Amino acid sequence: MSKVRVLVGTRKGAFILTSDGKRQKWDISGPHFAGWEIYHLKGSSVDPNRLYASQSSGWFGQIIQRSDDGGKTWHQPGTPAGAPMMTPEGMPKAESNKFVYDTSPETGKPLTTHQWYDGTQHPWEFKRVWHLEPSLSDPETVYAGVEDAALFRSTDGGKNWHELAGLRDAHGSKWSPGAGGMGLHTILLDSTNPRRLYIAISAAGAFRTEDGGKTWKPINRGLHSQYIPNPTAEVGHCVHHIAMHRSRPHVLFMQKHWDIMRSDDAGDSWHEVSGNLPTDFGFPIEVHAHEPETIYVVPIKSDSEHYVADGKLRVFRSRTGGNEWEALTKGLPQENCYVNVLRDAMSIDTLDKCGIYFGTTGGQVYVSADSGDSWAPIVRDLPAVLSVEVQTLP
Amino acid sequence: MIRVVLPYHLRTLANTDAEVRVDVAGPVTQRSILDALEARYPMLRGTIRDQVTQRRRPMLRFYACEEDLSLEPPDALLPEAVASGAEPFWIIGAIAGG
Repeated sequence: MSKVRVLVGTRKGAFILTSDGKRQKWDISGPHFAGWEIYHLKGSSVDPNRLYASQSSGWFGQIIQRSDDGGKTWHQPGTPAGAPMMTPEGMPKAESNKFVYDTSPETGKPLTTHQWYDGTQHPWEFKRVWHLEPSLSDPETVYAGVEDAALFRSTDGGKNWHELAGLRDAHGSKWSPGAGGMGLHTILLDSTNPRRLYIAISAAGAFRTEDGGKTWKPINRGLHSQYIPNPTAEVGHCVHHIAMHRSRPHVLFMQKHWDIMRSDDAGDSWHEVSGNLPTDFGFPIEVHAHEPETIYVVPIKSDSEHYVADGKLRVFRSRTGGNEWEALTKGLPQENCYVNVLRDAMSIDTLDKCGIYFGTTGGQVYVSADSGDSWAPIVRDLPAVLSVEVQTLP
Repeated sequence: MIRVVLPYHLRTLANTDAEVRVDVAGPVTQRSILDALEARYPMLRGTIRDQVTQRRRPMLRFYACEEDLSLEPPDALLPEAVASGAEPFWIIGAIAGG
């Protein structure tokens, strides 16, 4: 019987939740990396026991952790405890927590600057890894979306990281941080075309490459953001998350700061599908595993009040690819609830009866084993949940 | 042998006790201690000093012999008591946040 493994990143550590295909009884392990912020964990689809985790701290910076046994044990790639830092040949060993932006070969100075809150230009400064996206074909290859916004890639299992700096040529000087920082938070890989990737940045927008990351194109036509000087600018939009169904990699669904958007042409143009939602501000958006027109969002009250509206925790589902939405409430608190669900804190399994998972800033992780019709908490009292990723295991 | 006291989260990261001992060849300075510490515990690289600038991370401080040495130049000689191992070199996380 199939199993599921849910990887939960929180403000104070990581937790791993496992269950059989019924998804009723759960084993909980953790906290892993206790006391550290775990922005994201994700497993390789090629080797499900290969997990990557972003561990960070305002005091001690960024650490990358890797597990090769499904989360039972972890290590920093390339730096086991007590190992010498130099190889016998005198070469420095891998430094898995080293994220260094590309510099100009002519001047040695950092490439470009970006727009700061006050409108002046500001140099890129690495802060943390927001999202890890393992390759669809090679467990040793993994992408990292970081703050300040950039895309890094490792091809040796997380030991060494190199920036795909061409992304910043896509008007990087006009990007600016949102309230939460200027993070690259979404990385979508096209299973039909390994040279195509989509990424999204707050607050710069969405971008696409067709050549494996060398060159990038802003794909924000159709987005309208009233809070920026030019509401239809080519870049500068606060995109919160993008999702796609693996069978239709040219169809994208976006939760923008405000607005739910849809593209049917790989992001070349977007149109709004917020429809009858009571509010269209939110962070996560996901697509059903077997129904490419069924999508899920968790709207919150507003940009100023980051919690669900009316004290009710409601997931909204559209079975029509947007516009027509229904509230899913069975098993979720419908009074006195004031939590948020962050952009990476929702995930979908691929069992026949598709499971939906999400975690809240109040520390609850909920599961629905019936595509959202009913919900139950797996755990109620974790630290604030930053990310949820589910793996469907044989 | 130089004694170095690590903050809690760096102990768990390096899988050590609170106090570790490292050999330092040559003058005993902040830089030479941290170089030796990172060579012995490479997983600590980047957690105490920035990977690129090699500057102390903003929310860490260095103490020894009841003195705050955080703002001393990285190549300044540390007190003899640290060099002799009589007193430890403390790496301390700022008391901040929640």
